[in-house]
Amino acid sequence: MKSVIEYFRGIFNGIKSLLVGMTVTGGYFFRPGTTLTQQYPDNRDTLVMFERFKGEVVMPHNEKNEHKCTGCGICEINCPNGSIEVIPATEVTEEGKKKRIIDKHIYHLGMCTFCGLCVKTCPSQALAFSQEFEHAVFDRTKLTKVLNQPGSKLMKGVE
Amino acid sequence: MEFSIYDFSSFTAWIDQSLRAAMSPGMAVAIEMLIIGVAILIFYAIVGLFLVYAERKVCALMQNRMGPNRVGPGGIFQTIADLVKLLFVELVPIKNADKILFSLAPYIVIIASFMAMGALPFAKGLHAIDLNIGVFYLMAVSSMGVVGVLLAGWASNNKYSLIGAMRIGAQIVSYEISVGMSLVTIVVLAGTMQLSEIVQAQQYGWFIFRGHIPALIAFVIFIVASTAETNRGPFDLAEAESELTAGFHTEYSGIRFAFFFLAEYINMFIVAAIATTVFFGGWMPFNVYGWEGFNKVMNFIPPFIWFLGKTGALIFLIMWFKWTFPRLRIDQLLTLEWKYFLPINIINVLIMALIVLLGWHW
Amino acid sequence: MEVKEKMGRLENEEYIINMGPQHPSTHGVLRLVVALKGEIVQRVEPHIGYIHRGIEKMCENLTYQQIIHLTDRMDYLSAHINNEAVCLTVEKALEIEVPERVKYIRTIMSELTRIQSHQLFWATFGMDLGGLTCFFYGLRDREKILDIFEESCGGRMIVSYNTPGGLMNDIHPNFQNRVKEFLKYFRGVIHEYDDLLTGNVIFQERSKGMGVMTKEEAIAWGLTGPTGRASGFSCDIRKHNPYSAYDKVTFREILYTEGDVFHRYLARMEEMRESMNIIDQLIDNIPEGPFTAKMKPVIKLPEGEYFQSVETARGELGVYIVSDGNKNPYRVKFRSPNFVNLAPLNLMARGSKIADLVAIGGSLDLIIPDIDR
Repeated sequence: MKSVIEYFRGIFNGIKSLLVGMTVTGGYFFRPGTTLTQQYPDNRDTLVMFERFKGEVVMPHNEKNEHKCTGCGICEINCPNGSIEVIPATEVTEEGKKKRIIDKHIYHLGMCTFCGLCVKTCPSQALAFSQEFEHAVFDRTKLTKVLNQPGSKLMKGVE
Repeated sequence: MEFSIYDFSSFTAWIDQSLRAAMSPGMAVAIEMLIIGVAILIFYAIVGLFLVYAERKVCALMQNRMGPNRVGPGGIFQTIADLVKLLFVELVPIKNADKILFSLAPYIVIIASFMAMGALPFAKGLHAIDLNIGVFYLMAVSSMGVVGVLLAGWASNNKYSLIGAMRIGAQIVSYEISVGMSLVTIVVLAGTMQLSEIVQAQQYGWFIFRGHIPALIAFVIFIVASTAETNRGPFDLAEAESELTAGFHTEYSGIRFAFFFLAEYINMFIVAAIATTVFFGGWMPFNVYGWEGFNKVMNFIPPFIWFLGKTGALIFLIMWFKWTFPRLRIDQLLTLEWKYFLPINIINVLIMALIVLLGWHW
Repeated sequence: MEVKEKMGRLENEEYIINMGPQHPSTHGVLRLVVALKGEIVQRVEPHIGYIHRGIEKMCENLTYQQIIHLTDRMDYLSAHINNEAVCLTVEKALEIEVPERVKYIRTIMSELTRIQSHQLFWATFGMDLGGLTCFFYGLRDREKILDIFEESCGGRMIVSYNTPGGLMNDIHPNFQNRVKEFLKYFRGVIHEYDDLLTGNVIFQERSKGMGVMTKEEAIAWGLTGPTGRASGFSCDIRKHNPYSAYDKVTFREILYTEGDVFHRYLARMEEMRESMNIIDQLIDNIPEGPFTAKMKPVIKLPEGEYFQSVETARGELGVYIVSDGNKNPYRVKFRSPNFVNLAPLNLMARGSKIADLVAIGGSLDLIIPDIDR
């Protein structure tokens, strides 16, 4: 007799647990407004990324086309995968002194692992992360970027 | 000649008479068969495509997603786009596969589901053939699809496919008994196997109400067992994508895969339609004895809307199962059938026979 | 006669299938060679190494700051805890005391990492067993933690937030509010996890009594984390060897004795609740102060061997560094929990069905890149 009761109790408890599960899924089905999907390409205009989001490394320039990079090469040393190459040049200042500046600050986005060491260790805060995340390109060479804009100069007062 | 949207027998009789008047009887029958074939084919395709779309929307809403929403308004043409894509996909030839059986299998599956469609009464007088052993025929035909699945698994020359095929073999053989027994319960109550008469007998109350407790038990067992038989929901062991990648159709591509896919949804429609016919009064409107005004309003709704509505509700229930429960294991599946459903079913049939004998049903 | 002989041979023949490297239930590129007899698993042979990147060897050519970003890519679901392990080892070697603020933030972040890892475990475990809806609910809730990470660390999964001596940057001003918001939200929805899976009769039938490891076996095989604790092996590093701010909080070590799939699952469910309690105790008390200790730009560890272990979401991660006094380590060895937890798979799965093998594999919560490193 006891086993018969156990048999039916098992059946009823089982059915009850199944119904409890169905209330969860059914609840979301019948409750409108619970969809969380972001319709991505449509909401590009309103999509805001977090300010610290590590999209890609950029070199901010001001309106006079000046940057802060002195060409010291600390970012290149700190990069674990060699995705930064600094090509230095020398420039003669008005006082007649030779000064190290950058010719090209090359950034290989394809090799970057977004560890953030270059941005953190830069002594003059010349580098930053942009919130750009759409990196797909059809040609791999496009992933190699020159960060300093053509004709840009070192900002005054940055050593 | 006057047609009523509530009674199609006059309409079909008129077609028959005008065809027979215009040509020889043999020709007329041939033309009629053609018309019915094309009509069912079109219905088949529409139902299949709609159900795929519906399933995707239902599961999306249950999972806090939106589902297809790009092709057409609300993504309604998404399945058509998918079908067109599947038509263009290469049919990958499988090395060392049994070529004939491999290409035959999807057709067996689709033919089996097609044949079952013919016997369903969609509305009064609207069915292709009204066999006097309708319930028996439906059961026989709907279990034929498993042959195709077994062949698919065997011919694929893939170990996963073979395991999937063997699983579904065991599964269908077991659950066919439950489906049959729960239908027998209602046949006992109705006293006939002819589907049109079963529906007609439910004019003053659906069998699920008239047969009360035994009918309710039979319905629950039927819906669970038929979910297992259509290889869906928590019983999709033959495909079990986390264990067997895709089970019996692992090696199928393109339109052959689409056939399996479509047949699954049509089978779901068929079992829901059988359940509607047998338990929920088929195309009969919902009438309550004594409420004249209410009955009038209910009778005003055309019968095929009633039929499709009830079927749709049951299909939703089956989808709801699938998107809520985890999958059973093969031995648990068989335990459920042989240790729970079969004994309950046998007792249930006996109780139903007793109730009919004593006249305790309404 | 001939037929009989043939039948006899067929009966004894094993039916060998390859699960993986591309298989939906191995969660990555693990390859399991499974010998079957019908549905019953006779033998499981894991083949690893498909995603071996030589992280330990790569570490030998990198400075200690640079190592951090490689550890993210081992157990990518406990990225933050892996970072912390290396940082703690380096700090231990240099004998520097990091500011209290750093300790608190690290602990909170670690517990958030643990919750999101267990959420993903729940999601994928449900999917392994065929409950596809679980996957979406799990990921839905995990997204909220990833947003917290993204706001403060800049990365979602691969956070790289720690650095020897402290953190890469201070927490975002919104951090505390967001975490509290999340805790409130998650306490409201965690019952769905139980409704949908834990209490479900099908799930319980599938998981109870499957893949049992006794306490002795668990200790012998070195199982750690929720996998070991479900067998009754008290192995929580946070409790026995507290690091960061774990000595300042009170929490329960989740211990079961059954050691089956269901209790490994249950241990993770309970750990999520326990982690929320830990965060509750810390989130309002983050002390003011600097977010990093004063560090030299080039870190040179004194000659010697250093070891520190932490409790990741999957078990004990040990970091062993041998230094010869240079800015690069001489040798680095990670004792990864997944590698050890995978080992007894054959023992657990033998004699069960294919479906059970999937359930057992899922309950170990394996991260393949952590096995191969």
